[in-house]
Amino acid sequence: MPVSTPPTAPTAGVPTIVVVGHGMVGQRFLEALADRGLTAAAGTARVVVLCEEPRPAYDRVQLTSYFAGRTPEDLSLVEPDFMARHGIELHVGDPAESVDREARTVTARSGQTFSYDTLVLATGSYPFVPPVPGKDAEGCFVYRTIEDLLAIEEYAKTATTGAVVGGGLLGLEAAGALKGLGLSTHVVEFAPRLMPVQVDEGGGAALLRTIENMGLSVHTGVGTQEVTAGEDGRVNGMALSDGSSLATDLVVFSAGVRPRDQLARDCGLAVGPRGGIVVDEECRTSDSSVFAIGECALASDGRVYGLVAPGYEMALAVAEVIAGNAASFTGADLSTKLKLLGVDVASFGDAHGAAEGCLDVVYSDSRSGVYKKLVIGRDGTLLGGVLVGDADQYGTLRPMTGTVLPVAPEQLVLPAGAGGPVTLGPSSLPDEAVICSCHNVTKGAICEHTTLPEVKKCTKAGTGCGSCVKVIGQLLPQPEDQGLCGCFAYTRTELYEIVRTLGVTSYAGLLDSHGRDAARGGDGCEVCKPTVGSIIASLAPTVGASGYVLDGEQAALQDTNDHFLANLQRNGSYSIVPRIPGGEITPEKLIVIGEVARDFGLYTKITGGQRIDLFGARVDQLPLIWTRLVDAGFESGHAYGKSLRTVKSCVGQTWCRYGVQDSVKMAIDLELRYRGLRSPHKLKSAVSGCARECAEARGKDFGIIATAQGWNLYVGGNGGATPRHADLLAQDLSDAELVRLIDRFLMFYIRTADRLERTSTWLDRIEGGLDHVRDVVVHDSLGLCDELERLMADHVRGYRDEWAETINDPERLRRFVTFVNAPDAPDPSVKFVPERDQVKPDLDILAGPVLAIRTLEGTPS
Amino acid sequence: MTTQMMETARDTRTIQLADGDGWLTVCDRELLTPGRGVAALLPDGRQVALFVDRAGRAYAIDNRDPFTGAYVLSRGLVGSAGGRPFVASPLLKQRFDLETGACLDDDEVTVPVFAVRAD
Ligand code: SRM
Ligand SMILES: Cc1cc2nc3c(=O)[nH]c(=O)nc-3n(C[C@H](O)[C@H](O)[C@H](O)COP(=O)(O)OP(=O)(O)OC[C@H]3O[C@@H](n4cnc5c(N)ncnc54)[C@H](O)[C@@H]3O)c2cc1C
Ligand code: SF4
Ligand code: FES
Repeated sequence: MPVSTPPTAPTAGVPTIVVVGHGMVGQRFLEALADRGLTAAAGTARVVVLCEEPRPAYDRVQLTSYFAGRTPEDLSLVEPDFMARHGIELHVGDPAESVDREARTVTARSGQTFSYDTLVLATGSYPFVPPVPGKDAEGCFVYRTIEDLLAIEEYAKTATTGAVVGGGLLGLEAAGALKGLGLSTHVVEFAPRLMPVQVDEGGGAALLRTIENMGLSVHTGVGTQEVTAGEDGRVNGMALSDGSSLATDLVVFSAGVRPRDQLARDCGLAVGPRGGIVVDEECRTSDSSVFAIGECALASDGRVYGLVAPGYEMALAVAEVIAGNAASFTGADLSTKLKLLGVDVASFGDAHGAAEGCLDVVYSDSRSGVYKKLVIGRDGTLLGGVLVGDADQYGTLRPMTGTVLPVAPEQLVLPAGAGGPVTLGPSSLPDEAVICSCHNVTKGAICEHTTLPEVKKCTKAGTGCGSCVKVIGQLLPQPEDQGLCGCFAYTRTELYEIVRTLGVTSYAGLLDSHGRDAARGGDGCEVCKPTVGSIIASLAPTVGASGYVLDGEQAALQDTNDHFLANLQRNGSYSIVPRIPGGEITPEKLIVIGEVARDFGLYTKITGGQRIDLFGARVDQLPLIWTRLVDAGFESGHAYGKSLRTVKSCVGQTWCRYGVQDSVKMAIDLELRYRGLRSPHKLKSAVSGCARECAEARGKDFGIIATAQGWNLYVGGNGGATPRHADLLAQDLSDAELVRLIDRFLMFYIRTADRLERTSTWLDRIEGGLDHVRDVVVHDSLGLCDELERLMADHVRGYRDEWAETINDPERLRRFVTFVNAPDAPDPSVKFVPERDQVKPDLDILAGPVLAIRTLEGTPS
Repeated sequence: MTTQMMETARDTRTIQLADGDGWLTVCDRELLTPGRGVAALLPDGRQVALFVDRAGRAYAIDNRDPFTGAYVLSRGLVGSAGGRPFVASPLLKQRFDLETGACLDDDEVTVPVFAVRAD
């Protein structure tokens, strides 16, 4: 990373803008300058930025996602060539130390002095550490920068307990991070409830309950009096104001932030009594050539804003003012929506009901941790609200603040089934409603665009916290063209019928005969190729196509996972999942898996689907690994395919005292019957031996639960992002009846579902829903059942193991090399580092612009 | 049977990449499936993603997916939009124009392209 970027265009004679602080707001300001052509590249201004931290601006709001695996590079807010492109001089790791307002110069720590015409202070805040004895002991941290996180992560390796001082937004985030690092975690909050600023008492109670259920210990209404340390100088506990004490190895102070106004104080600019650089509506300080923006500023409404959205507004206002236009920042809304430790928390508008005569409409269910409150004005306008535990309505309610709700407010807070909630579509919002509060974008501005990428690019809406993206999607026009993609005007269902009735076996043939005019003769696209590949594979035995998905032209249609019959991982390596039908496996087979994993150095994990995933294989190792697995009697588990994944089982009648049928045997039979079946999306199943449902069958596309009389069949279940319990299709079926119904159900789904549509969404979408499907597959209302059963019989007969076929055919094996011109060279970018006695991908190696690797000659064979 | 098929249908042309002043022969043409790619290793250690489209034209771009850093573009799906060929990254699906290296889903991103010929 270059430490400073030299100017690219002559800057003599143009004014100099010096920016102190390259945080979130500083960077937004630079972007706003660039947008207005106020840069050296445009020849209109010299822009110098002094950045204290060792790296350019990054997304502080997402700081905690570092612990979820995002690297500091991922968090960067600056495109790699941004500074160079605009000729902005960025001095990383070089803070401003003093300002001479007479001479109009800023002196940096490096000793360099910069003259300015305009100075912009964007120095942010510093975490407040209460002046308690012991606060500087080894093991005390704050939570603000990437460096803070790196230090906490390192120290936590030698700690088992952590305590966070402060139960506000940041404190809870820090507590979540400590818990994620494996520490047993305490939160100490002086106020009587958590997140006292954002939520009211009821919301705090709901939050408390949920957070305690997650295993965090919360201490409210107590202060920290002292941090104690052992003889080695390391923290060993805290003394609390109620006389109790807490043993802890690590302390994170998160007791609020204070504006970083020292630089301004030192040069005599006015600051507020409780800190913050005093600015007017144009964000000008008491010196008209100096501006202050972001968290360091005390805005003209008398507030210091600790959120990024108001800071962005200030940045835009100042850029506008410097460009010679009128602009102002007079205050902002403190609405926030967060996912804290997995709990939705949102507050907006007048959340505490401060307005006179307003009334609260509250729904609270402390068992499920849901609390919703709307504050309604005397005339019925929505003034604000608090949502804890379920904040789905935030996106629509916040923009409605200040308007009279179109329905009774209680209908909006009641849970489903209790007369509500009424879902208010975003179409009921006025054009001026702010949809994206991070970037202050209105509904009107969003509706000028037609696609999400366009909205993001042109308005920046949706690129901040992301909480508005769902609503944006609902505002955009739904495409009228129902066609699959730019290549086909037909839907997937129609294409299925075309392939089936005309016996099409070639994608190119289908594209040239049935594609849109402009697409004929072309190469198709990444949407229709796998879709048609899947349709041809589903129908292969029936239409006479090769059942092997990598033969001939079909090879070019498959997504990369199917192409290598394995799952691509983030570093370019692959994972391998052998089929373990019903989750039943012999000790011998387990040993083989262990041996293979050991011999190839693979990371091994039990999956959520009752089988074993082996990660970290290079392309060229896949055939070697599979040769061993096939020899031991394993076959492909199709973890890579849009096809049957697993049929999970519970142990059932054989062993379990409650079981009423042999659920394991049924699961194995079903898994072997439907293995390899290509479908619009993946298919999952499970069989439980009694109503206790240990196999979680109702979370599956088709789930079977044993009864004393036979089997109940449930369909349309889903885990994943939008869980849905499966619906009962038929009861008390015999083995044969059960299989026949599943055959029909699956083939009807494959025939009529959209691309990447799970059975759950399909069932909810198709006209007539479950009743229609029952009519078709149980009562044969369309007279289709014979054909559906025949199609499935074709599939069952045609099934062959893809991996066995691959390793026995040298032609097919040829594709399993990393480099076509150096088949023996392993992929140098696929490297691993140790973790918990196994390996994980070495991602550092991918972070650089070029890979430092050995050359072709130097590559060992 | 397979051998015989191969003998009659074998495409004897090779794929070559510009390398300094000359051309570096990378592989036999028939190792590439139309609509799919392969990766090649250059003498200096760079990785190139090679593709052949349906019409038989060859393309070469850098193998590194700039969005994830992984060396995987050769494993993406080839398509065409408005008559221009592209590959969709197998990881996060961004598309890259095979002739210019420009990302079709993000104006700011491009990957290097390499001169390539098939003869
Ligand atoms: C390995 C595994 C996680 C684990 O370590 O346990 C896993 C891993 C992946 N899951 Fe999963 N899922 C795994 C069990 C599940 C389960 C639990 C289950 O099957 O009982 C679910 C919820 C149940 C369900 O699907 O309804 C699950 C819901 C998802 C979803 C969300 C699907 C949805 O309808 O919302 C995705 C995304 C998708 O498919 O679009 C997904 C996608 C993925 C992908 C394929 C993401 C990707 O594209 O790279 C992961 C790749 C696996 C790999 O590289 O090998 N995975 N995934 C589990 C493999 C099970 C197996 O043996 O095959
Ligand atoms: C963990 C965490 C989670 C957060 N979550 C949210 C959220 O969900 N929503 C939300 O709206 N906000 C959130 N915030 C707050 C948000 O990050 C801040 O509002 C935002 O970063 C303010 O931007 P800024 O540019 O004013 O300050 P900063 O981003 O702090 O940038 C100021 C920069 O100036 C530098 N600096 C200071 N003095 C000097 C000097 N003399 N010379 C040179 N450089 C100097 C500092 O080192 C710093 O890099 C969160 C903050 C944290 C820490
Ligand atoms: S579902 Fe019933 S039979 Fe199966 S393990 Fe659970 S209790 Fe036993
Ligand atoms: S509200 Fe945060 S990105 Fe739109």
